[in-house]
Amino acid sequence: MIPILAAVDPWILTFSLVTVIATMGMGFWSAGKSKTAGDFFVAGRSVSVGWNASAISGEYLSAASFMGVAGMVMSSGYDALWYPVCYACGYLFLLLFIAGPLRRFGAYTIPDFAEGRYDSTLFRKIAVIFVLFIGFFYTMPQMKGAGTTLAYIFKDVDLRGILPGSLLPHDAAGLATIGFPYWAGVVIVGAVITLNVALGGMKGITLVQAFQYWAKMFAISVPIFVLMSVYGGYGTHLAVNDNNPAVIQTIREPLPDKAPKNEAWISPFGPLTTKAATRAKITGEAARPYSLLYTYSLIIALVCGTAGLPHILVRFYTNPDGVAAKRTTMWVMILIGIFYIFPPIFGVLGRSLLPGLYLLTGSKGSDGIVLQLPKLVNDRIPLLGSILSGITCAGAFAAFMSTFSGLLVSMTGALAHDIYGRILNPQATARQRLIAFKVSAVAIGIVAVLLGTQVEQLQINFMVGQAFAIAAASYFPLLFMSVWWRGMTMKGAATGMLTGGLLALSGISLTSFSDLAALPNAGGFIKLFDLNSFWAAHPLFRILCEQPAIWTVPLAITLMIVVSKLTRNDIPADVRMKMLVLHAPESLGLKKEYIQEHAAH
Amino acid sequence: MNEASKVDIHSEEFLRQLMRRQLRLSIACAATFVVVLLGLPLANYFLPELMATRVAGFTLSWLILGVLFFPFVWAIAWFFIKRSIALEQEEAREAGGGDR
Repeated sequence: MIPILAAVDPWILTFSLVTVIATMGMGFWSAGKSKTAGDFFVAGRSVSVGWNASAISGEYLSAASFMGVAGMVMSSGYDALWYPVCYACGYLFLLLFIAGPLRRFGAYTIPDFAEGRYDSTLFRKIAVIFVLFIGFFYTMPQMKGAGTTLAYIFKDVDLRGILPGSLLPHDAAGLATIGFPYWAGVVIVGAVITLNVALGGMKGITLVQAFQYWAKMFAISVPIFVLMSVYGGYGTHLAVNDNNPAVIQTIREPLPDKAPKNEAWISPFGPLTTKAATRAKITGEAARPYSLLYTYSLIIALVCGTAGLPHILVRFYTNPDGVAAKRTTMWVMILIGIFYIFPPIFGVLGRSLLPGLYLLTGSKGSDGIVLQLPKLVNDRIPLLGSILSGITCAGAFAAFMSTFSGLLVSMTGALAHDIYGRILNPQATARQRLIAFKVSAVAIGIVAVLLGTQVEQLQINFMVGQAFAIAAASYFPLLFMSVWWRGMTMKGAATGMLTGGLLALSGISLTSFSDLAALPNAGGFIKLFDLNSFWAAHPLFRILCEQPAIWTVPLAITLMIVVSKLTRNDIPADVRMKMLVLHAPESLGLKKEYIQEHAAH
Repeated sequence: MNEASKVDIHSEEFLRQLMRRQLRLSIACAATFVVVLLGLPLANYFLPELMATRVAGFTLSWLILGVLFFPFVWAIAWFFIKRSIALEQEEAREAGGGDR
């Protein structure tokens, strides 16, 4: 074991291990202090807006924000900026239309809200499935973040002779090489977090989540300030991307042929949004309308999706009232907005300083730029680079660990509480429920790890964007329409949510499967999805499947209106009272009245 | 309930007015945001040369999206919260519950 560790940078290993141990330790410490869901929410009420906003931000900033955005800016340039901007600005829709009313209604989760708003336990059971769909799409990129980080930390380890060759990383010629296999990183991190959640650690406690935000903020900002002071600023490195020969290029390493050209990279409608048209051999001016369509659909998915993420909305109930919920949302926008200025800088500097990453794929490619870039400083100031790289590795651990465990807790809750406790075995004893929770956690953890091992070649940020697109077509229309339109019926809400959500899910799965099927070493059943000649012939269809929000969101809302009009006899009898609770200021005391009325039934 | 209520909070008019006022504010703020958000791709599409102007190394488009967009959205959020809290206080006063 010792000769293996000798190949690892001690600073990076130490910082990473400290983060893992601290995160798990804090999880167990706080889990011991609050036993029930009730404790969690009551404890939250004593927390100020500032703490609560930090906690929501800490939960939100996942591997996609910490690693994926930088990697995507490096590989795709300008178009990738829509991701961080819409991740942050999506909260505005949440603030304007959903945060205050939902807090006043007092349902803890989206399934709770679905049940309460339509007095229907059936609808609750329907609504809960999207917690699982969105959750699995969100865990895949977290797993890729884990695999990428471990592959970087142990990149010089030689496992040849210890593991069989088929399990090791390969070079282009198919020979086993030194380095840590991607799948092993996914399995190790997935197993550790799953075990931790099953044993009861990692409950979503405000203090731990708030600490996570500040740790990630520190880890993304301090290394970039040092890098910019050593190698030149944000603007300087953007200025190099110019075809004008008068611009001095000395600060940049030579770009490989595989890297996008300056013009395509820095201008809008670059490689990311023109991909479908390029495959169809449509180039130049003719490709631009396709890019515009892709851009709009992406924006709609991200902005509407933020307002429909189940693991984020649950945190809004730790606010004491609707006004505090609004104030918290504004502070979240400020905290994550400041954070999102930094990852693109890593991408821009990475293009100048580490262009070699353009030649590599999977866990060795540009998704690891945040981890690798700071180490360059070692050439100028010995040791400092290792320390900074250790800090960004620690930030990456904080990002994928907190988000993966948060998702695992909410998905396990959905499976154990809603599907087992309410559908399969409503008479379960407390002990059976506890066992069900543990079994569900392990089952979901195993599925998440298996899915995670398959996605090495997909970009972290892209995958998270796909989870947003599903949320945008399912939960966002449900919440938005239920809060603002009295005429909604359960049947209308269910039809719109299911149709929009499932169509988005199908389109997205189809494109991701076919991308995986196109890889040279794809095998088995995934080969069935090789649709690439079809996509090349129909670029428009490809864009509408890959980024479906532009048609699924309006479709879901239209179906909700049409079906609700057709079934208007089913509008809940006390809808006026429900609407008052959603919209009237808390100081009128309507909430109390509503609960008494319900208890009397 | 408060005896001094000037408005019946269970009446249809109260709810209608409550929702309409708040929705109007939300839509006004959302419209400002959406015009800029959806306008930027259009500017990129129809005015590519202007958006490629260099400002301290940044292209204009990069500067807007990567940096300036965030404070713009914070300003909308701040305005919305200020107005929406004022609206709530007004509603509570009208309904006679504001002194609670």
